[in-house]
Amino acid sequence: MMLIECPVCKEKRPELEFRYAGEAHIARPEDPDALSDQEWAKYLFIRSNPRGTHFERWVHAHGCAKFFNAVRDTVTDKFVMTYKCGEARPSPEQIAERQS
Amino acid sequence: MRYSVRSLFANALSGHKNWPEQWPDATPKKSYDVIIVGAGGHGLGAAYYLASKYGVTNVAVIEKGWLGGGNTGRNTTIIRSNYLYDESARLYDHAVDLWDGLSQELNYNVMFSKRGVLMLAHNVHDVQSFQRHIHANRLNGVDNQWLTPEQSKEFCPPLDISSQKRYPVMGGALQKRAGVARHDSVAWGYARAAAQLGVDIIQNCAVTGIKRDANGAVEGVETEKGFIAAKKIGVSAAGNSSIIMNMAGLDFPLESYPLQALVSEPVKPIFPCVVMSNSVHAYISQSDKGELVIGAGTDQYLSYSQRGALHIIEHTLAAICEIFPIFKRMRMLRSWGGAVDVTPDRSCILGKTPVQGLYVNCGWGTGGFKATPGAADLLAYTIAKDEPHPINAPFTLERFTTGRLIDEAAAAAVAH
Ligand SMILES: Cc1cc2nc3c(=O)[nH]c(=O)nc-3n(C[C@H](O)[C@H](O)[C@H](O)COP(=O)(O)OP(=O)(O)OC[C@H]3O[C@@H](n4cnc5c(N)ncnc54)[C@H](O)[C@@H]3O)c2cc1C
Ligand SMILES: [Zn+2]
Repeated sequence: MMLIECPVCKEKRPELEFRYAGEAHIARPEDPDALSDQEWAKYLFIRSNPRGTHFERWVHAHGCAKFFNAVRDTVTDKFVMTYKCGEARPSPEQIAERQS
Repeated sequence: MRYSVRSLFANALSGHKNWPEQWPDATPKKSYDVIIVGAGGHGLGAAYYLASKYGVTNVAVIEKGWLGGGNTGRNTTIIRSNYLYDESARLYDHAVDLWDGLSQELNYNVMFSKRGVLMLAHNVHDVQSFQRHIHANRLNGVDNQWLTPEQSKEFCPPLDISSQKRYPVMGGALQKRAGVARHDSVAWGYARAAAQLGVDIIQNCAVTGIKRDANGAVEGVETEKGFIAAKKIGVSAAGNSSIIMNMAGLDFPLESYPLQALVSEPVKPIFPCVVMSNSVHAYISQSDKGELVIGAGTDQYLSYSQRGALHIIEHTLAAICEIFPIFKRMRMLRSWGGAVDVTPDRSCILGKTPVQGLYVNCGWGTGGFKATPGAADLLAYTIAKDEPHPINAPFTLERFTTGRLIDEAAAAAVAH
């Protein structure tokens, strides 16, 4: 079981306390009426599904109940870092620094 | 060499030391008419049907690891076709039709055993939705019948149907034609039969790129063993399919999750059928070696690690002990995981892609073993004719744009 650091509680807790909530940084369309079918498909269904660095949302369901974001490697399952919702997506340099 | 009583006898006399290898390990030629990426059951089967049924023999199957080492060799081998929607019923029933004669056709015992799959209902909602399934299946000519708790117990004696349980058994849906097969044999049988028809099987050779010409059509694949040309490429790479589609510049509605399974120590025959329970989330059968084969649900996060967390297994075993208290003291031997490619509607994507010459068979997620012969045949058809067969025509990539989903996710709610 993975240990996940909640950036709100600032504690490493077992995965069982958390729920995964899909890919992060997928912004809701500003003007839904203006979207084409292709754009809707992209927003609703297309996901990056990378081998390697993945930006994803988690919710500390059995803790503070807050959503937050995480960077995790999908091949090793290792968490690189977690950060609060609303904070910018970490840059490749920040991620590389954390991984080294 | 054909396997027969005669060849078995002859080889017994020489101490089984002279059996020919089942398929040669091919070195890649410069070019092929068709390249299949991924030597799972689906990919090997597609190569076999291309050669045997559709007259295309200049075919290579390219595999990053060893053949059958992906989800084909990791699954719990449940085969059934009682899906809700018309499109799925036709798709999975086509596969079950092919399973029927497969051992004879391949001259390889895939040990397809129609021992019946019983899906348990534990609450009023289950009862209603299963009965709806049974009626929908009947209209589609797919067998599926309702059993009372007593009939369920008669069909599967280890079942505990007492009413004192947290999740009492309120009945079950039984598909008699459903069952299990030996997963490795499916890969090996297709590999051997395809190789005999001239198909090259190239292992330990990951595809690392897809080359396209000025008009965007495919020209071949970059691999760890160099460039191999082909005007037609069929991708059947399960959990890694979206990665390969990315190589051709295509974004896919796929996410790859860990799915785990485990087996117990082997015991004498005790479990005559397959039982699935969606509500408490477990499925179980007994292999011919005697192990109980138990499947879990997916882990919650994306992963290519091919392993998952222990608490998922704990949860599954708790469910098994709830339904079958008789197994409480069984010891589990080993557990493992695979990376399953899940689509938003839990139906596969099987057909052409926006890139000319590129065909795809993916998105089978947690339930594609049962479809192996069907998916393989339909992928081969689609590649050979450059158009989908009517059975796989609805399973397009475009359905995620048009909204014409085949929503088995909502129909089944869980693993297959
Ligand atoms: C634990 C578990 C239990 C399951 N239980 C069931 C069940 O009971 N019933 C059922 O119907 N289904 C079940 N499934 C699902 C089923 O296993 C799959 O849907 C099915 O086996 C997919 O077959 P495939 O041939 O497409 O994939 P695979 O056998 O995974 O073949 C894909 C191949 O592509 C190769 N590949 C990947 N990337 C590359 C590359 N870059 N270059 C070359 N090759 C590459 C892989 O190495 C792999 O061998 C289960 C799956 C798991 C993991
Ligand atoms: Zn918290």
